[in-house]
Formats: sequence, C-alpha cells, structure tokens
Amino acid sequence: MRSLRIICPNGHLGFAPIRVESFRLGVAARPDYIAADSGSDDVGPIPLGTDTSTSPLAWQTHDLEHMLLASRQLGVPMIIGSSGDTGADSRVELYVRIVKELAEKHRMPRFKLGYFHSEVGKDELRRRMRAGEAIEGLEGYATLTEEELDATERVVAMAGVHPFIKLLEEGADVIIGGRSSDSCVFAAPAIHHGFSEDLAYYLGKVLECASFCAEPYGGKETVLGEITPDAVFVTAMHPEQRCTVASVAGHAMYERSNPYFEHVAGGTLDMSDCRYEQVAEKTTRISGATFRRAAEFRVKLEGAGKIGERYVGMVGIRDPYTIAHVDEVIGWARDKVRERFGQENEGGYELCYTVYGRDGIMGEQEPLRDRPAHELCILVQGVAPTAAMAEELCMIGTRQMFYARLPDVKGSAGSVAFALDEVLRASPSYRWTINHTVRCDDPLELFPTHMTVAGV
Amino acid sequence: MKTRKLSELAKTIRSKNAGVNLITFDVIFTERSTYERVKEARVLTRETVGKLYRVPPERIVDFVEFDPANAIKFTIHRLRPSGSPGDPDIFGAQQYAPLLDIEVPTG
Repeated sequence: MRSLRIICPNGHLGFAPIRVESFRLGVAARPDYIAADSGSDDVGPIPLGTDTSTSPLAWQTHDLEHMLLASRQLGVPMIIGSSGDTGADSRVELYVRIVKELAEKHRMPRFKLGYFHSEVGKDELRRRMRAGEAIEGLEGYATLTEEELDATERVVAMAGVHPFIKLLEEGADVIIGGRSSDSCVFAAPAIHHGFSEDLAYYLGKVLECASFCAEPYGGKETVLGEITPDAVFVTAMHPEQRCTVASVAGHAMYERSNPYFEHVAGGTLDMSDCRYEQVAEKTTRISGATFRRAAEFRVKLEGAGKIGERYVGMVGIRDPYTIAHVDEVIGWARDKVRERFGQENEGGYELCYTVYGRDGIMGEQEPLRDRPAHELCILVQGVAPTAAMAEELCMIGTRQMFYARLPDVKGSAGSVAFALDEVLRASPSYRWTINHTVRCDDPLELFPTHMTVAGV
Repeated sequence: MKTRKLSELAKTIRSKNAGVNLITFDVIFTERSTYERVKEARVLTRETVGKLYRVPPERIVDFVEFDPANAIKFTIHRLRPSGSPGDPDIFGAQQYAPLLDIEVPTG
C-alpha cells in the first residue's frame, strides 16, 4: 500500500456535534477509514465514578449516525475510541447498541462489529499488588495502596493500538473501543496496513483533535490525514480552514506537558526532529517523528472514587466593607457548620467556598487577589456521606453568611444577597484516585475483544 | 525603555489540562522574530512564571521553548487534581489570564 487516508470529524465524539458540511467534504475525498476518539479525562472524575456520559445521547447518536452512514456507503471501516467519554464497559455497550439500532433503522447490509472492553476489576489490581507488582503513580501520585484502591469506584485501562489491530485482523467493519489513547485510534489502522510505527503514531497525534490542528480556530470540523512510507500529510476539509506549519506544530503542544513526547501503551512518540512543510494551501507535510518502544510494557490506569453527596449554594456581596472582610464572613459560617458537624476532617465532610470577583478561578495563584471587584459571588459546596447531611451542611454554610457579625458594618439587616434562598443538589463529588501505570506481559491482557454482527 | 504587553505580541495565549493533575500553558507567536525577541527579553522563564503564579519551582514540571511552533510552553502541577471538591476550573482553561499583561521590552 502506497498511502492510507483517514478522516477525523470530531476530537471528542458526542461532546459537541460533528459539523456536517466539512464532514461531507471529507467523505467525498473517499478516505480509507473514518475514525474518531470519544473520550477524555478532561471531563473530570464524575462520569467515570457514576458510570455515566457527560455527552448527551442525542449528540452521541448524531455523530455515530453520520459516521456509520458514510462508512457503510463508502465500504470502509469506522473506528471509535474511548466510547461515551470514559470508555467504561457500560459506555462500550451503549455504543454497540446505538450502532446496531442505527444499522437496523437504515436497513444496512450485515457487517462485522468488533468491540473491546477496558475496565479493570479492583480484585485484579489487588491480586497484582499482593503478588508484589507496583502500580506506579504518574504526575505526583504515590504508588497505589490498597486503601486508595478501596476508595475507588471504577477503573479503566488506557489501550494502545493492540486491541484495534486485533479486531482489524479479524475483519471488523466497525470498531467500538473502550478507553484508549486518542492517537492509537488512527495509528492502529496505519500499522495494520504496514506503515512504520514512527509515522503511524504521528498520524494519530495530528488527527486526534480533528480541526484543532487547523487555522483559523474552529472545532468539530473534519480533517484528512494521509500516511505514506515517507511522511504524513494533513489537510483541513472546511472551506475556510487550512493546516499550516504553525497550526500543525502548535497542535503538537496541545493538552500535553511537553510538545516533543507523547506516551502511549508500549512506547513513546518523539517529535523532537519533526520537519513541517507547507505543500499546498490547506496541507502540511510532516516527517521525522520517531517511535521508541518501551523496555517494559506499562498501561495507564484511570480510577475515580466517591467522596460524597453534594449540595451547592450561592450568595452575592455588594458592601465594600463586607467585601474587604469576606474571609471573616466565610469564617463565621464555617464556625456554625463546625458547631453542628464538628471539624471538617473528623466530621467526614468537605465545605468549599469559591469567591468569584476575587480569586474564584485561580485561588491562591491569583496575582490580583488583593484587589477584589465591587461585587462578589460566592459558591458554597457542601460534600458529605449522605444527601441529608450535605444539604444541611451546605444550608448552614450558605445561610449563616447572612448572619455574619462584622464589627463595623453599616448594614445590620443581612451581610449577603441571595438570588436563591435555597441550596441545590449537584452531582456527587468524586476525585481521581488512580492516575497510575501497571506492567503487562501481554498487550491485550486488559482488553478482551469481541465480535458481533449488525445490520439486516 | 518601551514595553508592550504579551497579549499584543502573541497570537495565542492559552491554558489547558494535560492529564488530571497538570495544567499546561502555551504562548504562541506568528512571527519568528517576535518569538525570538520575547525569548531574549527573559520575561517568560521558569522563574518569572513561578513568581507570577506564586508557584514554587518544583511545581513547574516542564518549561520548553518550542521553536517549530514559535512557542513558549510550561506546565504546572495543580493544587488538587481536576474536578476535586473546590477545584474551580475542571478543564484548566482560564488559568492563562495573568500572562496577558506581562510587559515585554521592545526597544
């Protein structure tokens, strides 16, 4: 094969809908594959913890329908990674169901539907830990302890290219993947067709976010990547967008700590010696990437653990004196919560105040935190083991700000303004408990693959 | 000495999660000469960024001058992982604002 071409219509399928116009242009270019990633840990730990999607079902279905129709019409495979935001088993099953329903709805001729799971049982991790295997922490996380494992609700492993390649070898026409590295969704077919790992992983890197590698800025537009034995070419499909040396090189930095390296299961893509060349108005050619296989095959794990139920309240402050003493107002309310529920650590609850108008977005990193605005909005979050306790805790923490006693305040009828004199139930609070790697002997051992049939 | 704000010189100034416990910052210039001038001015370094964000040096895990994209990039450890209670910026998308007003000597 001299060249392989893949279109990517969405950097996070379902999170916001595909823009259809540039997708149609991409399909008209007759690619060999249609692929997209559908997940991210960007959405925080709640979806993984609660086993839900943050993307609405309607948008997930919209994107899958457009891709599936084009894939069947062209007779080329379609690949989805990290199904349903988290890539958990329930999300894979959801996408398999959607694809089957769409195939029936459109009376599509029968096709092979491959899928794989990425969830890892806590017992399996415990067994490995007790056998002396260190589950090593990333980015400042300590080596995993059984205590942290116990505090975890659900764990997914991040697949590399391996389960995708296995399903392609078995002749899958559509692949629904569990949690997987974004770039591997695209690297897998390129490697499957015999292209070098060096360029295949780069192809994946540049395509994973769709039009984020193009300019002017505009997400959810289709881009087309082509791999040859010597280079990768990336072309924007939207009439107004172009893939330029600046936009493509700039994208190498996006969402990663270091612009030169991308770590995936089994190795590292090194972009230090990449050469970028504008070869047509909308197309940039990239060469010089290298992929180094790791000495030890380690797979990244993501796990979310529940902290508790959560309620939120909101207050406003306009009096400049009260604004200057807002920490005392918060302190007063915290005291009242302590009187009812004890100290934060001992009482098993968390009470958080976010002071918008002062340092709400940056906290202690805010350089201007000593220059608050003329009005403040304070978000109060109460997290506790039960919903009833979270509600009362949040209510005390919110309403008692109204009664805060400041020595020289002129207004003595209430220290804060309420737009809502109530507290509202929010999603339960979760945290990332696991951000670790585990050693594997077999690249497929955490990713069982399955094949079924869809269509009529 | 005359100065101009970084926001007038850079095409892109952004912040975003890089995994669950890091936030990465990108400052990208259109012109190579502007990028070189900002680099030479030493107004955007591990030290100046640490001071601006009140972050001790050990929390800045990467600082890269990325020539292929005319970009300066650095990455800091979060105070708490994304989405933990009290984290006000789950995507890390609004942490770049203090960079906009950095004064760059121009003459």
